[in-house]
Amino acid sequence: MTGNPVAAGLRQSGNLFAFFIDVVKAVPRRPFQIRELIQQAWFISSVSILPAALVSIPFGAVIALQLGSLVRQLGAQSFTGAASVLAVVREAGPIVTALVIAGAGGSAICADLGARKIREELDAMQVLGIDPIQRLVVPRVIAGMLVSVLLNGLVSVVGVAGGYLFNVVMQGGTPGAYVASFQALGQVPDLVAGEIKALVFGAVAALVAAYKGMNAGGGPKGVGDAVNQSVVITFMLLFALNFVITAIYFQVVPQKGG
Amino acid sequence: MGVAVRVEGLTKSFGAHTVWADVTLTLPAGEISVLLGPSGTGKSVFLKTLVGLLRPDRGAIWINDEDLPSLPERRLYEVRKLFGVLFQDGALFGSMNIYDNVAFPLREHTRLSEREIRQLVREKLEMVGLLGAENKLPGQISGGMRKRAGLARALVLDPQIILFDEPDSGLDPVRTAYLNQLIIDLNQQTDATFLIVTHDINTARTVPDNIGLLYHGHLAMFGPREMLLSSTEPVVRQFLNAQRIGPIGMAEEKDATELEAESQSGVRLPPLPPIPYQLQPSNGQYRRAERPPGQWCYEHGVTPPPGSFAAEVPA
Repeated sequence: MTGNPVAAGLRQSGNLFAFFIDVVKAVPRRPFQIRELIQQAWFISSVSILPAALVSIPFGAVIALQLGSLVRQLGAQSFTGAASVLAVVREAGPIVTALVIAGAGGSAICADLGARKIREELDAMQVLGIDPIQRLVVPRVIAGMLVSVLLNGLVSVVGVAGGYLFNVVMQGGTPGAYVASFQALGQVPDLVAGEIKALVFGAVAALVAAYKGMNAGGGPKGVGDAVNQSVVITFMLLFALNFVITAIYFQVVPQKGG
Repeated sequence: MGVAVRVEGLTKSFGAHTVWADVTLTLPAGEISVLLGPSGTGKSVFLKTLVGLLRPDRGAIWINDEDLPSLPERRLYEVRKLFGVLFQDGALFGSMNIYDNVAFPLREHTRLSEREIRQLVREKLEMVGLLGAENKLPGQISGGMRKRAGLARALVLDPQIILFDEPDSGLDPVRTAYLNQLIIDLNQQTDATFLIVTHDINTARTVPDNIGLLYHGHLAMFGPREMLLSSTEPVVRQFLNAQRIGPIGMAEEKDATELEAESQSGVRLPPLPPIPYQLQPSNGQYRRAERPPGQWCYEHGVTPPPGSFAAEVPA
């Protein structure tokens, strides 16, 4: 490797993209690893459901808190619910989902594949005539996408419920107004866009984790480094992607109340 | 019958560092070859290149008239089924027990019923002496057992070419002796082509039909066992007899001044030790690749070192 950090960065991006193409090409290849997919989906959800729910309750509450006093001064208390839905479904849901998938699911995938790599299990698998991308990575990426989409639904519900509880119980808002204003700013395409985001984020998190894990080197420390890098890279990619998808969404779908 | 592997002008480098260049050799079909070399000369890299896990910079690896490095990925996975590889630590799948590990290639590549699989797996496990440990996980057994389980898994698809990555590293001398005997017996039973990568001198002197020596980025010599054991070429001689005197230094190679100082100080290499008998199959039967002791020396007019092939019974 040359010492040029720009070239090194570009090479990494190129390799990651090539890996992504390899995974896409391996998706339709038979036999599809349904067992591995179910196991991985179960595993990822088991490590991410609880943290996702616990993160989204305070998130909904914080939005209610931020809006509470301002909205009261403007006399627009009945719109707290609208703002809450907008913030949680459009932004917080996918982002919380992404952070949890990358932090809990992705790091576990990366550590698992990294350990297999340094124990030469992946080499052994290739020598036994089995492509680890088809056998191990594809089910993990699909599981990541699936769980991410479902998790996004959970985060949205729990986040809105958290905002509701905070608004109604702590701030003295009326339950009817909170629920009735859901439709004021939010619309169904918001939910669709949120789910699409979650789908993309889940795929990216699992892909980066698998790429980093399969390219771990240099013993146990190498695996630790790979996990660390995979989480950092995923976070950066996800926030950048979130911006791009949101920008496109605003161009494509007309907004209410704008 | 095994398949010959013809390697031509193979070169591999990582970045600016050349691991080895222009390696040309033929692993004769059905024979046992050993690849020796000081630590860090890329023996394991060579082995991984042979099975297509690493792509060489240049050169060809011919197996049944197919050049491995230039094959498309799909075909590569097919050709790899000819290979069985024993990795250094066995490379067992940590999430499966020993039985499932050995059954794995059968379940992936064949349509055998579970009963037939059970029979084949038991047969291979018996061969490596692991019957009774089927339900243990790789983490629960010793390093030697992991190696043997890895060997059973490598053998289960009846490979034509079997590669061993340091089968004796981390094993005690007794276990090494058992494993060496197992290698000889396996070669007799399967007639597959074997390549053993090692730096254990005793293994190299008694097990193989052919020896190769990687040193300083190239293949120093490759040929029949007796040819290398009777060779007076400095590098070969130093390594095969584990001497300090010679071109190989503590850090890679000695420089010219060191070598000169060495030759001026008047130290001489001790005489070549006698060539030992090759290990025989344990059932006393003939092994196809076996040659009578001393035949190569006789045919090539080389006088073996005194005391070679003495009447001592091989262990």
